[in-house]
Amino acid sequence: MRVGLFITCLADTMFPEVGKSTVRLLERLGHDVTFPEEQTCCGQMHVNTGYQRQALPLIEHHVDVFEGCEVVVAPSGSCVGSVRHQHASVAARAGRTALAERATSLAARTYELSELLVDVLGVTDVGAWFPHRVTYHPTCHSLRMLRVGDRPLSLLRAVGGIDLVELPAADQCCGFGGTFAIKNADTSTAMLTDKMTAVLSTGADVVTAGDSSCLMHIGGGLSRLSRETDDTTPRPLHLAQVLASTREESA
Amino acid sequence: MNPVDLGMPMVAPRGVGRLRGDESFPAAARVALADEQLRRNLGHATSTIRAKRLAVVSELDDWEQLRRAGETIKAATMARLDEHLVRLEQAVMARGGVVHWARDAAAANRIVTELVRATGCDEVVKVKSMATQEIGLNEALADAGIAAYETDLAELIVQFADDRPSHILVPAIHRNRSEIRDIFREHMPDVPADLTDDPKALAEAARLHLRAKFLSARVAVSGANFAIADTGTLLVVESEGNGRMCLTLPETLITVMGIEKVLPSWEDLDVFLQLLPRSSTGERMNPYTSAWTGVTPGDGPQVFHLVLLDNGRTATLADEVGRSALHCIRCSACLNVCPVYERVGGHAYGSVYPGPIGAVLSPQLTGVEDNASLPYASSLCGACFDACPVRIDIPELLVHLRARHVEERGKEHRVPSAEQVAMAAAAWTMADGRRFARAGRAARLMRFVRGRRLPPPLSGWTGSRDVPEPPQQTFRDWWRDRDGQP
Repeated sequence: MRVGLFITCLADTMFPEVGKSTVRLLERLGHDVTFPEEQTCCGQMHVNTGYQRQALPLIEHHVDVFEGCEVVVAPSGSCVGSVRHQHASVAARAGRTALAERATSLAARTYELSELLVDVLGVTDVGAWFPHRVTYHPTCHSLRMLRVGDRPLSLLRAVGGIDLVELPAADQCCGFGGTFAIKNADTSTAMLTDKMTAVLSTGADVVTAGDSSCLMHIGGGLSRLSRETDDTTPRPLHLAQVLASTREESA
Repeated sequence: MNPVDLGMPMVAPRGVGRLRGDESFPAAARVALADEQLRRNLGHATSTIRAKRLAVVSELDDWEQLRRAGETIKAATMARLDEHLVRLEQAVMARGGVVHWARDAAAANRIVTELVRATGCDEVVKVKSMATQEIGLNEALADAGIAAYETDLAELIVQFADDRPSHILVPAIHRNRSEIRDIFREHMPDVPADLTDDPKALAEAARLHLRAKFLSARVAVSGANFAIADTGTLLVVESEGNGRMCLTLPETLITVMGIEKVLPSWEDLDVFLQLLPRSSTGERMNPYTSAWTGVTPGDGPQVFHLVLLDNGRTATLADEVGRSALHCIRCSACLNVCPVYERVGGHAYGSVYPGPIGAVLSPQLTGVEDNASLPYASSLCGACFDACPVRIDIPELLVHLRARHVEERGKEHRVPSAEQVAMAAAAWTMADGRRFARAGRAARLMRFVRGRRLPPPLSGWTGSRDVPEPPQQTFRDWWRDRDGQP
């Protein structure tokens, strides 16, 4: 299958390894990956911070760029959530009916990585090898907006050598929430602290998730903790990076 | 009703009632977060009630259908709210009740105060009611020399301690049992000398104290969970039986009800009596459901007044997206599952309506600018939407109200805020692939700030988390290099 990669602005600029892993994984499974280079950002930050009018050109741009793709994948539950649950309604509210229809059509063939693998490509064993103790944090938007359910876990369970440990209170938000982390930094930090406590209690070497943003938050907290305590803390690693790992090339 | 009154409906007025806080949410939250005892009390209480709710909800195979039915009935009722309210008024009057229309909190307080005065009484017993908390009725009655006694156990605790409610269902959720014992010892006139913090002993002390009030009260003030337009029947659902006492023993009953509480028929009630107790207390059925229709000679209160309260509800109804906040049946399930509420508690929201529903209801009742920080008091995790028995899409409403705030602020201030400038610049950069690619490469400059604390507002991030080290190469540059290879 020919899959258009929507890398997301955050992974593009800050976490390119997530994109590279997604490409390696899909190519290993025998699929073609295209990368429309004009792509930028889905506009979620603007919409969620109250700047719907400013988000409209981004939404239109996103639809223009990806409309030609048969199937689109993004390594982010949150950004796919934005495409699927916000684009059409923001366009419709601005009176852009035609754009809303195009956005609805594109959203119907845009998938988060675990959805693409399990539902579209019909695979749970992606032939990965990752001999580490791993715990999985289901991000809020993949859990409650996209309802990815246990797709990521079924993919992880099939990884060779993995020691997958359950994260306590896994469905609790890590406290990121985009600009929430800055506007309500104290509350966000209190949520992060509880999430880090849960992650540390698993004794995992790696904490994985389907969103670079939440991992940046959890990882940023763990990194600070590690520097302040001179102790090693679990490494944040995107689901794509775990699934792309092999005996020859491991994240 | 009067054509000359048409125009923009009014929001809840300032200076009366409790819909506005003294400080912004982040400032109030900071104080609450520093209170370790509060966080322990809240964490314990919300996780207990969450587990109870989940257990009874998962018993029902048709829970999702019930939620959809609740949502549909509420939406249909709101669409013809004016008609249902007039039908309700006519039915209540036909059964001997008196109906009053209160445009806002001040009007409602005035009406109730005058009604109590007319009875010649200087005290009333109260059934737990959010509407009367919203309008600050107890304070208004006190100003008129009338003492209002709360009879719900948790409201009693809050009233004794001169505290504020912090939860819709469990207003004293921020207190643990030893704090409650101390409050009783200090404020309850007839407290047993050897009172322990055993919940049974605390409840018994309250029971004996309240019994005397029930037997002597001549006027009761209540809210209402539902009103049936077809028959003019009002309903209160409760757990403790104090409501039943107040609704049956006094001579005069005054009910203050938000206009959104009306339901067209008894068939509609069927759905809500299944949704409410499971979502609220985590019970299959609530212990007491009291229903009354006007007055019944020789049985119960012989004088019944119904005060229908607007106080910003019509203004809320005017917002096509925001109006679904009026579907709320005050179960408080969204509070119990909210990670923000669990950590900061109810007082941080300023309004008597805390938690996720408060964050979308209070700013609409008061006008967004009077509660501008509330729509941002959420990480948009979506747990509230999942728990809501009438499927109010609270995250969508929060985002919508943020947009209303940004628009209204933009109209009021000619000089854009730093955030507006940053958002406009980001939108400009991101609307074009080449501009965005250049900006992505520039992100590498961030490498120089690695480990340092960033200036405000980004210091909000670096206060507790490190900034990741930007990569040497963006993904798109990697792709281009790779693509260029044979």
